[in-house]
Amino acid sequence: MRRAFVAFLFFATLVLVWELAVRSGRWSAVILPSPVSVAEYLWASVLDGTLAEAIWVTMKRLLVGYAIGLVIGLPLGLLTSTSQILEDTVGAMALGFQTLPSVCWVPLALIWFGQSEGAMLFVVVMGTVWSVIIATDYGARSIPPIFARAARTMGSEGLHRWTRVILPASLPFLVTGMKQGWAFAWRSLMAAEIYVTILTGFGLGHLLHYGRELNAMEQVIGVMLAIVLIGLLADRLLFSPWERFLHTRWGTNVKAS
Amino acid sequence: MIAQAIQTPRPVLPAEPETARPKLIIENVSKRYQSSRAAVDALETVSLDVADGEFVCLIGPSGCGKSTLLDIMAGLTTPDGGRVIADGQVVQGPGRQRLVMFQESALFPWLDAFGNVMFGLKLKPDLTNQERRDIAEHYLRLVGLEKFQHAYIHELSGGMKQRVALARALAPDPQVLLMDEPFAALDALTRDQLYDDIQRIWQESRKTIVFVTHNVREAVCLGDRVVLMSPGPGRITQIFHIPLPRPRDINSPELAGYASQIAAALKGITGRGAVSE
Repeated sequence: MRRAFVAFLFFATLVLVWELAVRSGRWSAVILPSPVSVAEYLWASVLDGTLAEAIWVTMKRLLVGYAIGLVIGLPLGLLTSTSQILEDTVGAMALGFQTLPSVCWVPLALIWFGQSEGAMLFVVVMGTVWSVIIATDYGARSIPPIFARAARTMGSEGLHRWTRVILPASLPFLVTGMKQGWAFAWRSLMAAEIYVTILTGFGLGHLLHYGRELNAMEQVIGVMLAIVLIGLLADRLLFSPWERFLHTRWGTNVKAS
Repeated sequence: MIAQAIQTPRPVLPAEPETARPKLIIENVSKRYQSSRAAVDALETVSLDVADGEFVCLIGPSGCGKSTLLDIMAGLTTPDGGRVIADGQVVQGPGRQRLVMFQESALFPWLDAFGNVMFGLKLKPDLTNQERRDIAEHYLRLVGLEKFQHAYIHELSGGMKQRVALARALAPDPQVLLMDEPFAALDALTRDQLYDDIQRIWQESRKTIVFVTHNVREAVCLGDRVVLMSPGPGRITQIFHIPLPRPRDINSPELAGYASQIAAALKGITGRGAVSE
């Protein structure tokens, strides 16, 4: 209760300082809109459905791209952790591409796929898959070897060992990998939506982009707030259950949240 | 270097009526670890027979190869020379007939205590699910943890973890139990209690147990025989028969007598070892 109050006080003060800065009249409303106008924009866009539609379009792209990233990244990460050859090839490639900011995939995506959903998806997958591979690979390597030894003496071999020992043992690391993948997917998608202007769907990134084009600063800031909120919410809904599960089983606070 | 054919003394089996075939035969087993800097002879032509239902303790200073020998018996490590025969079959890999209990509990944190005991049972196809559950419950009761069936591993104390590990190792009904310093990380009080438990369980189940330890009293308390090993290269130097009646109390004076005798022999080895290193 006390913590909630302190947090509330902090954010209320922040908004107050913002409002006071606007009232001082030093900046025009095009540069610095008032918190009230941002709230008005958000309310209006909720009412006319533009925000909901943009969120829906964005989430669809995000989930599809993220899912593809996971489906490719998780098995590849597990494989690179077990094979030296794959580690030296795929692992090295993943390490290299992971350092590439995902926005750098946009020009390539535009040339290959044009102004299309495909380009968008490509950027998201490229932004996701490498970090998932690296996090999974690292995780699978961190499994205490004694688990595998114990399993072997009990007669667990082959597929059984993979599904019943290696996979659950690496769960804490897989969740970390998935979480990191999510963060990267989210960032890549925003980059893609801002730079890939298409007509097949108006996402949050596009709202942001057109807010700038129209000098509608309250729209820019409003959409930014919406993006932050979605990020926080996704963390709660997608990862908190996993982390709670890990916490009760492993007893370690794998990732405090 | 050619391994010298130093004949380790073949242990004389206790003259019991059913001296049919030893449960485990370790025949001239050698293992050498090659690193970039040096080659270490972890084991050099080690031979040992373990009778059915016997409790054998392997003791020696660190580096004498006792854990390596246990791994080879388990089939987790392949020897460079020699072989291990279990029940007349040459050991070629790990098998359910010889289960290992490790120093750390090696319990799976994603399963509760019951799930851990069930893990090995689920790999036995000839059982029905109900039988598996009954067996798991039986062994958890045997180690005194029936109330903690659904506890997660991190919720258990060190001693309780090793009890679950013991139940997990016993549940699939292995012929041989291989224990690698299972109580080394526990406090003295918990250990003393586990000595009683393991003796009781051993007397009831009559499993063959090979128990690696660096604790002399522990070895004397538990073993029918105590096998003393020495490092560099790892080999068996002496075998002590412990004819004390059971159950044994680790604090009894008779036991202390044997322990000091073995401790003296051990001191001789470590003294030599320190010089040769």
